[in-house]
Amino acid sequence: MSLGVTLIVDGVPRRADANATLAASLLAAGITAFRRDLGGHPRAPLCGMGTCFECRVTVDGVADVRACLEPVRDGMRIETGK
Amino acid sequence: MRRVRHADVVVIGAGPAGLAAASAAAERGRSVLLVDQGLRPGGQIWRHRDEQALPSAARRLMARARNAGVKLVSGCRLVDAGSPNELVIDFRGRIDRHQTDAVIIATGARERFIPFPGWTLPGVTGIGGLQALLKGGLPVADTRIVLAGSGPLLLSVAAAVAQAGGRVQLVGEQAGAAALRRFAIRVLRDPAKLRQAISYRWACRSAPFRTDTWAVRAHGDGRLQSVEVSERGHLRSIRCDWLGIGSGLVPNTDLGQLLQCQVEHGAIAVDALQATSVAGVWAVGECTGVKGDEAATIEGEIAGRAAAGDAAGAGSTALQAARDSGRRFGRLLEETFAPRPEVLALATPDTILCRCEDVPMRSVDPGWTPRQAKLWARVGMGVCQGAVCGPSCTALFGWSANTVRPPLGNPSCGEWKSGLDSAD
Ligand SMILES: Cc1cc2nc3c(=O)[nH]c(=O)nc-3n(C[C@H](O)[C@H](O)[C@H](O)COP(=O)(O)OP(=O)(O)OC[C@H]3O[C@@H](n4cnc5c(N)ncnc54)[C@H](O)[C@@H]3O)c2cc1C
Ligand code: FES
Repeated sequence: MSLGVTLIVDGVPRRADANATLAASLLAAGITAFRRDLGGHPRAPLCGMGTCFECRVTVDGVADVRACLEPVRDGMRIETGK
Repeated sequence: MRRVRHADVVVIGAGPAGLAAASAAAERGRSVLLVDQGLRPGGQIWRHRDEQALPSAARRLMARARNAGVKLVSGCRLVDAGSPNELVIDFRGRIDRHQTDAVIIATGARERFIPFPGWTLPGVTGIGGLQALLKGGLPVADTRIVLAGSGPLLLSVAAAVAQAGGRVQLVGEQAGAAALRRFAIRVLRDPAKLRQAISYRWACRSAPFRTDTWAVRAHGDGRLQSVEVSERGHLRSIRCDWLGIGSGLVPNTDLGQLLQCQVEHGAIAVDALQATSVAGVWAVGECTGVKGDEAATIEGEIAGRAAAGDAAGAGSTALQAARDSGRRFGRLLEETFAPRPEVLALATPDTILCRCEDVPMRSVDPGWTPRQAKLWARVGMGVCQGAVCGPSCTALFGWSANTVRPPLGNPSCGEWKSGLDSAD
């Protein structure tokens, strides 16, 4: 895996493969709670293909971005666990 | 929305079916726009990061589309369609209107999930979902993986994760041994499918494959730690980092529904030339019934020719025979891998049924209609528009398919509004 870009995940810089999707990169970085349900329980990718919306995170201030459909970009800021 | 553009043929979905359809139409002189929401073309089976790593059939088809002059737009999705003259396409945030003489729907299928305790834990993904994440760059080397579901996808994903260095602890197929034997006999008659099955099994040869086996409960504190499986009537617990689940695939009919095409048995209904019940609209591949990539490619070829006015080419004996064989295989898949009663009975009153709206099984009365379930318990009212719980409810309660409402794929309100504004 070529670690080509840096993501800022919840304020912490993380190296990621420039060709990977954001969902794969966040999972590789050990993120489990992409979002939280009403009871506060963590949720993470289920379908991997854009249908379930379980992977949604905030990207550069835009809420509800599906991480499995999103390419990574250097300097991207991600907030998880909302 | 001022911008209105025209293409002779608009194909939605760049999997094997859509690529074949777009190529066939473009080779007949039509201007073709191929819209796909993935990062790169190829659909589910040929999802990739590096085109050179794809099988030759995939590379050939992608080259064919390029050479034929197909205009492919990736990362874009169709969000609304009133008729072929009112296609609304989200070009990465910019919303455009398109008019066309022919729409070819090639939106594929998605996984069907039957809820069971613990299935919302992080680390529990679809079987195809795990495959998609792996192809998206998820490292699985030295992680422990259990796959428990149904259908041919099990073996192909087991092979892929094993090749990526994952330690596959168990491949559990819920279907019974007798049903699987009948299926195997059909596969034995098809050299290409047989070769593929053997190569998959070889790639994951160290993983036990069990029929009559399914996941009963996933355990973990904030993340999956182990799964309890029912393996041929015995319960056992397996520690794992990933659990892939899924009871086969179901066609994506949402776009067909928006265009008012007839939907039968959960699939877009088509005739021998892949035409739907609506003039100017064709449908191809898994959205018309699940039957694999080869059949999807054949159907795409037929519809591409038909949509370009070449009815004789579309009706050719060889193509029609291949189409029939694909549909027979599809029916066999459906029979062999239908969710069994024990699997349909796994959820407890606390098990989440609708993941978007956090609706537990206990809040739902199986005697309701889907509309009552929406109104009274918000089942299927969330962002996924019932894409996940709809097929669960059909399997569990016999409910008909969820109704769809635009915008499809639900861009966030902010995204949608800024797209509309920028187009004005
Ligand atoms: C998650 C998953 C993983 C799979 N993995 C494999 C595998 O590894 N091997 C295998 O043999 N089979 C796999 N399959 C089975 C696969 O469905 C078929 O083998 C084959 O890909 C079907 O081809 P298709 O062209 O009909 O549809 P797909 O290949 O599914 O192509 C449909 C395309 O339509 C696009 N789309 C859908 N809706 C819209 C919209 N509104 N706007 C724009 N684009 C849209 C999708 O992004 C997708 O690219 C998988 C299925 C799923 C659901
Ligand atoms: S994982 Fe399902 S939408 Fe992203």
